[in-house]
Amino acid sequence: MSKIIVEDLNFYYGDVQALKDVNMTIEPNEITALIGPSGCGKSTFLRAFNRMNDFIKNTSVDGSIIYDGMNIVDKDIDVVELRMKVGMVFQKPNPLPKSIFENVIYGPKRHGLKKKHLQKELVESSLKQAALWEEVKEDLNKSGFELSGGQQQRLCIARCLSMKPDILLFDEPTSALDPISTMKIEDLLVQLKEHYTIIIVTHSMHQAARISDKTAFFLNGEVIEMGETGEIFSNAKDNRTERYISGKFG
Amino acid sequence: MEPSKTRKRALHIENIAKRTVFLFSSISVLTTAIVVYILFSESFIFFKEVSIVEFFTSTKWSPTLRPQNFGVLPLLTGTLMIAIGASLIAIPFGLGSAIYLSEYAPKKVRKILKPILEILAGIPSIVYGFFALTVITPLIRVFLPQTQIFNALSASIAVGIMIIPMVASLSEDAMMAVPDSLRKGAYALGSTQLDVVLKVVLPAAISGIGSAFILAISRAIGETMIVAIAAGQSPTFTLNPLNSIQTMTGFMVNISLGDIQHGTIEYQTLFAIGGLLFFMTLSLNILARWIVKKQKEKLG
Repeated sequence: MSKIIVEDLNFYYGDVQALKDVNMTIEPNEITALIGPSGCGKSTFLRAFNRMNDFIKNTSVDGSIIYDGMNIVDKDIDVVELRMKVGMVFQKPNPLPKSIFENVIYGPKRHGLKKKHLQKELVESSLKQAALWEEVKEDLNKSGFELSGGQQQRLCIARCLSMKPDILLFDEPTSALDPISTMKIEDLLVQLKEHYTIIIVTHSMHQAARISDKTAFFLNGEVIEMGETGEIFSNAKDNRTERYISGKFG
Repeated sequence: MEPSKTRKRALHIENIAKRTVFLFSSISVLTTAIVVYILFSESFIFFKEVSIVEFFTSTKWSPTLRPQNFGVLPLLTGTLMIAIGASLIAIPFGLGSAIYLSEYAPKKVRKILKPILEILAGIPSIVYGFFALTVITPLIRVFLPQTQIFNALSASIAVGIMIIPMVASLSEDAMMAVPDSLRKGAYALGSTQLDVVLKVVLPAAISGIGSAFILAISRAIGETMIVAIAAGQSPTFTLNPLNSIQTMTGFMVNISLGDIQHGTIEYQTLFAIGGLLFFMTLSLNILARWIVKKQKEKLG
């Protein structure tokens, strides 16, 4: 059964339509990559899944995103509840100005996890899952800012994992990182899909090809083509997809 | 190659401009240095006559009456009472306004409110002084009839109101400087707005806010007009805010308005008190700057 079903989703910034009749299904335990040139709507689409678009003034949306039996586009849903299930990792690592421990436990603490030993267990397991534990276990009280960019990004992933989410959204998570850190994050994403459903926006076609199961190509707010990643990259049906992937524009 | 004529001229003007602005900046630095020098050299004369121990431990202050007493404690407690009272008013109200302006107020509202707040900071303190004397004091006396006409409470409330805009404005700056990516990150983890304010924005801005508090306290310590008008002129060693007191600044106004002879010990007290005041506000300001620097390092 599909994890998320998007039907006829339209999104507007004022009068400008950023998404046009987007239809898509997201399968569980897969990595779905959203690719396309800047301004094509892929990040707007990603932010629709955890309602981060709510912070942008003067926007409107119609259509539906059905997740867990609810239409999460609906104004009345509890976004705090939704964001506990749908975690997000941003383009630039944004650890909180707190210790590593406090960064990881921030979400669960907000939602009532008070017992110290449970917190410790959760921090350890989350950091392990985010492949950061070995590097930081000696000094969990160090400020999150003291880590390298790649470590900070894995800390941000651990921070999402500690919430025990269902879906993870990644908004160009490696665009601010060096190649080695990028590789670590990519390996991590492939491991994480065993337990989570992942949607990633990426500017790097190679990244999409390396890690994703499905790829959706966006252009001017429309999904031009979506399918198995291998299929899209070797045998695109639409001429525009083929041209974008081969680097002819974008 | 020889530079062209116009190029030479431009270089010449550039040079003159550089020297002129350098002169301006050195004059202001020099003036400050001279003020500090005089303050300390004159205080030195005072401390040749009066022992530092007496100055800081005696609880009687009567430099213009016989027998003369030179214990600064009454003035110090007066000053501290004003500063503490003012902080108790200014910190909650100022911080509250800052939180509202930075985190809750819609852009339009902030655009209107912030300039108004800054105008408030421009009201001359003598206005606050008379406001204290003619409005706040009578009001206090409705509830606490034993309150003296001139009293520390009324003056400290007025000083507090006066420094609210400063606390609000500086704290708001500190909170606005917190990168939005931190707020977004916290929201994405399922935070409510209150969570974001209390657990992310305030902790991230805490040093900026702390330094705002300190600068405001330093301003309260140095405030003169309000206390000269509303707090009284009796240097009594008391912690009762309903009593008439005198602050260090209040004393300085008082003595400089009187006909004290130049060169007498009474005259010299001005510099001793001034020096102490300078030392207190300077250390507070240095502390505030240091805290802000720490914050900058922390947020990168």
